[in-house]
Amino acid sequence: MSWTRPVLPWSFALAGLCLVVGLVWGFFFTPDDFRQGSTVKIIYLHVPSALMAINAWIMMLVASLIWVVRRHHVSALAARAAAPVGVVMTLIALFTGGIWGQPMWGTYWAWDPRLTSFLILFLFYLGYIALWEAIEDPDTAADLTAILCIVGSIFAILSRYAVFFWNQGLHQGSSLSLDAEQNVADVFYYPLLICIAGFVLLFIALVLMRTRTEIRARRIKALQARGQHA
Amino acid sequence: MIALLKRDLALALRAGGGFGLGLAFFLIVVVLVPFGVGPEADVLTRIAPGILWVGALLAALLSLDRIFALDFEDGSLALLATSPLPLEAAGLVKATAHWITTGLPLTLAAPLFGFLLSMETTAYGYLLVSLLIGTPALSMIGTFGAALTVGLKRGGLLLSLLVLPLYVPTLIFGAEAVRRGAAGLDASAPLILQAGITAGCFAILPFATAAVLRINLR
Repeated sequence: MSWTRPVLPWSFALAGLCLVVGLVWGFFFTPDDFRQGSTVKIIYLHVPSALMAINAWIMMLVASLIWVVRRHHVSALAARAAAPVGVVMTLIALFTGGIWGQPMWGTYWAWDPRLTSFLILFLFYLGYIALWEAIEDPDTAADLTAILCIVGSIFAILSRYAVFFWNQGLHQGSSLSLDAEQNVADVFYYPLLICIAGFVLLFIALVLMRTRTEIRARRIKALQARGQHA
Repeated sequence: MIALLKRDLALALRAGGGFGLGLAFFLIVVVLVPFGVGPEADVLTRIAPGILWVGALLAALLSLDRIFALDFEDGSLALLATSPLPLEAAGLVKATAHWITTGLPLTLAAPLFGFLLSMETTAYGYLLVSLLIGTPALSMIGTFGAALTVGLKRGGLLLSLLVLPLYVPTLIFGAEAVRRGAAGLDASAPLILQAGITAGCFAILPFATAAVLRINLR
């Protein structure tokens, strides 16, 4: 907990800086796309939030594995802290996608594989959070949610590929991938990278803050329990 | 293991065990759908595979919280945990018992309900086979969900929220197989994938179920 105190304000500040620079650059200083017009600019919110929605789940999975193997309490609390942030990221991705989809595809929602798997991811997040909220004993809750997260990850990946089987997509291919020759045109690429960095930093800052809150809440509970015994 | 299976089956079949409740629920879903979408036969023919699969899934969901709840309350689950039979095997047996009392009757009744929804005649065989392959996975996933929520006072609603997203792949492949069968296409690919999911569930989930039960019995 000690090292996070100096890190926290910096990560918030850097996240804010990256987001302001990236979004202002992206929204006002990039040209309109020749087919999509200015709607293309929603990419600066849509792609980073979608990326973080998935990464938040992966982070929860890693934290759950650490909790199951090493029983480090902070990792369980970090997984718990990341879940609501991940939900919000998923919602941002779904809503910005809908706003972009209305002028481009003529519909806010289609049962496209990517859209559907995001909706399923949203349901997984809801179940995970609901299980945390439902169990009173913190250690039991941490154990059960960790196992749910691990099993859920397997099924989330299965669902992701199953929906491709079920329906062919409307969504374009990945905007970013590591092995592509060129991703998006450079004018859009650099502000997008800055926005992604901003979202990553924002996620780190929020999770750190929420984890610190959880740890404090746990300490207060322990102190109260001790006070009642004395 | 056999003794446990026999005990669970006997408990489910006797009065108050809820056997047949799932089947009745399935029938009600099938009866309600035409009221919702209208009685035109061509519409019903088109949606019949999906309705039958979703109905079977919901009917299987209905009886999940019975798998462990009563055993947990009267302490026999704690006895099971201390018995020489590993808890993993107990979870497997519980899932099997649940399948025999809900999944199997649903599978056998589904073609009859397909008749009510004027399903394509080519689809009946695929419906039977896909349910036969798919419903064991529903029972196994459900057993895991039931083990997760066994310690909770009112876990029923939470159980549905946890289990339904896990049902997605099974449902997709099951309904897809029947749809392809109805359209006269080759349905072997979804059936094989679904068999893979069922086999995977039975390979992994007993361990997860046992781990979760141990935590809840702590």
